[in-house]
Amino acid sequence: MSGQTGVQTEESYEAVIGLEVHVELSTQSKMFCGCRNEFGAQPNTLVCPVCLGMPGTLPVVNRRAVEFLCKTGLALGCTVAARSKFDRKNYFYPDMPKNYQISQYDMPLTTGGAVQLPSGRLVRLNRIHLEEDTGKNIHAGASMAASDHTLIDYNRAGVPLMEIVTEPDLSTPEQAEEYLGQLKIVLSYLGVSDVKMHEGSLRCDANVSIRLTGETRLGTKAEVKNMNSFRSVVRALHFEIERQQAAVRNGERIVQETRNWDETRGVTYSTRSKEQAHDYRYFPDPDLVPLTIEPSTIERWRLEMPELPLAKRARFVRDLGLSDYEAGILTEERSTADFFEAVAAAAKEPKQAANWMLGDVRRCLEKHSLTLASSPMKPQQLADLILSVTSGKVSGKVAKEICEVVVAEGADPLAVIEQRGLAQVTDAGAIKQIVADVLARNGDSVASYKSGKVKALEFLVGQVMKASRGKANIEIVRAMLLEQLG
Amino acid sequence: MADVPIDIEYVSRLARIELSTEEARRFSSQFSRLFEFIAELQALDVSQIDATAQVIPLRNVLRDDVVTLCLSREAALENAPDTEGPYFKTPRILD
Amino acid sequence: MKTGHEIADAIASKRLSALEAAEAALANAQSLEGELHAYIRLTPERARAQARAIDARLKQGERLGPLAGVPVAVKDIFCVSGEITTAGSKILENFRAPYSATVVRKLDEAGAVIIGKTNMDEFAMGSSCENSAFFKTRNPWDTTRVPGGSSGGSASTVGAGTVPIGLGTDTGGSIREPAAFCNIVGVKPTYGRVSRYGMIAFASSLDQAGPMTADVRDAAQTLAVIAGHDPMDSTSVDVPVDDYVSALRSDLRGTRVGIVTEFEEQIGRSDPALAALYKAAYADLQRLGAQLVDVALPHARYGLATYYLIAPAECSSNLARYDGARYGLRVEGDGDVYSMFERTRAAGFGDEVKRRIILGTYALSAGYYDAYYVRAQKIRTLIKRDFDEAFARCDVIACPAVSCPAFELGAKTQDPVAMYLMDYFTIPMSLAGVPALSVPAGYVSGLPVGLQIVAPAFEESRMLGVAHAYEQATRHAWAQTPRVAQRAGSAS
Repeated sequence: MSGQTGVQTEESYEAVIGLEVHVELSTQSKMFCGCRNEFGAQPNTLVCPVCLGMPGTLPVVNRRAVEFLCKTGLALGCTVAARSKFDRKNYFYPDMPKNYQISQYDMPLTTGGAVQLPSGRLVRLNRIHLEEDTGKNIHAGASMAASDHTLIDYNRAGVPLMEIVTEPDLSTPEQAEEYLGQLKIVLSYLGVSDVKMHEGSLRCDANVSIRLTGETRLGTKAEVKNMNSFRSVVRALHFEIERQQAAVRNGERIVQETRNWDETRGVTYSTRSKEQAHDYRYFPDPDLVPLTIEPSTIERWRLEMPELPLAKRARFVRDLGLSDYEAGILTEERSTADFFEAVAAAAKEPKQAANWMLGDVRRCLEKHSLTLASSPMKPQQLADLILSVTSGKVSGKVAKEICEVVVAEGADPLAVIEQRGLAQVTDAGAIKQIVADVLARNGDSVASYKSGKVKALEFLVGQVMKASRGKANIEIVRAMLLEQLG
Repeated sequence: MADVPIDIEYVSRLARIELSTEEARRFSSQFSRLFEFIAELQALDVSQIDATAQVIPLRNVLRDDVVTLCLSREAALENAPDTEGPYFKTPRILD
Repeated sequence: MKTGHEIADAIASKRLSALEAAEAALANAQSLEGELHAYIRLTPERARAQARAIDARLKQGERLGPLAGVPVAVKDIFCVSGEITTAGSKILENFRAPYSATVVRKLDEAGAVIIGKTNMDEFAMGSSCENSAFFKTRNPWDTTRVPGGSSGGSASTVGAGTVPIGLGTDTGGSIREPAAFCNIVGVKPTYGRVSRYGMIAFASSLDQAGPMTADVRDAAQTLAVIAGHDPMDSTSVDVPVDDYVSALRSDLRGTRVGIVTEFEEQIGRSDPALAALYKAAYADLQRLGAQLVDVALPHARYGLATYYLIAPAECSSNLARYDGARYGLRVEGDGDVYSMFERTRAAGFGDEVKRRIILGTYALSAGYYDAYYVRAQKIRTLIKRDFDEAFARCDVIACPAVSCPAFELGAKTQDPVAMYLMDYFTIPMSLAGVPALSVPAGYVSGLPVGLQIVAPAFEESRMLGVAHAYEQATRHAWAQTPRVAQRAGSAS
């Protein structure tokens, strides 16, 4: 497209992208043994004979991992299999204690399903299956190539992993990012994973190919791995699509291979083709027995599921009168949505609750480098703050000031108002007196106003507020001034 | 003697066992008689038969999601041929 | 041969202390080791500690279980916490197990005193104990002959009378064949009856742990202790454990005993003395009141090929973990991890193990999986059906356990298939998952052979009941004494 000399640029290409996302499930224990499932522990302290693949050990399936995966499937419109089983995927690698991975091959727990992207595209899912995670290789030295040995931590070996595979329905890197975003929201809503890409609980591999626009057959795909953030995914996919386009325009064939994304250099590079690695010799794991899932179990899981993001978003708009934009942001995380609803219910003011949360609360959180989760503020406290404004107890300005200490320290707004004597003065008599005093002292402003200068009124309002040390109810002040000025 | 269809060099690489040429040749000829027996299996009609992956009719053997005692790191590393600090250590990985 | 129940009685009634029993067994084992080489490792400290603890509890007046203080030996395939556990292989020659197998824990809890880990064919692959990476165990009846395998060490030491009870494993006959060769009782339970947790895996869908004992009563007692559901083993079945000892019978009235047509043809083709011995055994069953019924196992003849596709396939995967990374032997390669794997496994595995891994890898590989592994599993279904149909017409099956008595060391090592044929009569039961045992049935040229009794799944009571009646009526095991035991004067 950039006009290379001598090369036809008539054709335009479209990209075809399929994503394989691995999600670490947030069960208490590992997939096949009772070791704690926890990120960031000291190396090799969350291991046992089973997950170390010691002689004589046997796996036993964690029922909650099965439940988490099936609930994910239900949330994404998948079909939960009536019969499912585990298979061994055989290959040698130092981070694999048994040199086979217990996974699922031809009878995954769910098939079908789809993810709706906010921009409109529907991304169909092929399957979701359950498997165990591997340990972690740490390469001594600057890179894998430079080190002469490998250090291995098996804490992660055996952690339950859910693999979500899409059909090749994505066509731009931005859609891929949207897809990941939607997945992240749904999974955190279900509470099945903490979906932190930077901690590895959400990992993404992509299958990328290009074809002439309008062509229906798929081109040769390359698998892209090692993208460690949403941003990496977008950058890597852009690079790979351009690489393939340039290659094809140059008359080269695309090789089916695995390519790693190099974040520093900003390129994908081919990893040596591992022909042999593809003969995984899948066979049903004889140490495990098949799963049969009754319709009644599926029903029970369905009933146990929380309200999902899109449904909650629609409800906020429909029943609480929020705008779609407001609802969208508030439902991005379940904890935020839950907090918001608690505030809205306690204050009976959903719109106000939304305004505060999206405005001043967000600002205060950012200022103090807090999140809603890490802030000590409780929903009732924000509700009290809102009510103190709507009831006229304090002015909006004062409430904004209190907000910070409520958010940062979890202070009780009513107590703060009391302690600092911030309550608005609404006593008409007191205000009348102050108004009279101010008018008396500011004759030229009065004259100015009477001669048509509206601004003078604001000056007088300011003077009254100053005289009352900001505590007078501003509406009452204005009304009284107008009354007294005639 | 039956033909032994195994590409022993390829298979031994899959199985990550270094075999000498002599071993490969010897094993190949030793498999020959066994493959005569195996060839008899091909004659049976099993088209209507389900494979028995397991002789026991168990289904849904699951454990509750509870944490149980792990090994101490010392115990985990005790048998390791090579370690470095808290890690297992192996020669480097060449892709 | 003193039985476990006799020793247990003596200990319970204070005629013998557990420590005395343990010391006697250890001393006997030591004195016979030069000839038998039955033990990879004796565990005297552990044994003494255990025995002392039993004696202390007895002194307190505690009433202990039926195995309390009885010295036992376990095949070195069972992990015993804190002890080196090798599975008969160089690749694990320095592996110290950090946990105990469930069956070991059960024996410990029952008060049995483990005196050592017995020799075996490497990773349970073999029928003679000649595939052990360490040394070859001898048959106590004739030390120029094999004790059978893969549980050869346990068979030899129990056969010699050193201990009344040994633990073995049976995948295609590895308890029954050596039991037959060494004149003892050997039981392969129903698949799923006994936990496999802590038992180093060979072929997951076939392996079972079982007792190898001086008599049927000891086998019944031991099975009662080790059987039962284990939450650590997904393939262990949650079916109540019968009181096997109370099921032991003295006659066989009302019992239909199936005689397998195909097997009788097969044994008829071997040594006539052996064929006659088995005929006499069936006649003995009849004399006890059993009704003999002809049954057919038409697909049993495919057992060998079926087994030698399924077992190697599973073992090729089960043994992949032995790579020198986390435990066991490591042999450095060319500086990268894959060549380390390849050299380690080349050095650490013996020929038979390598052969089976190659065969199994091939049977699972792309393009061959359906033709070999899946087909074998389908034929397995046919073999299982044969047994179901046979058991519709009989209560137990009686057949040979072996096609010959113990052969000489080296006699069958040239041709692996000659060795595989040793399991001809035992493989079909393993494929079908049904329980089967071998009980001493007499002697051919002075060498013992065993009669196999087979029952439907989870009918160990029935099987042990029949075996007991036969054993008590014929008492073959007590007719002669093994040469080794005679020389050592240790038949106690």
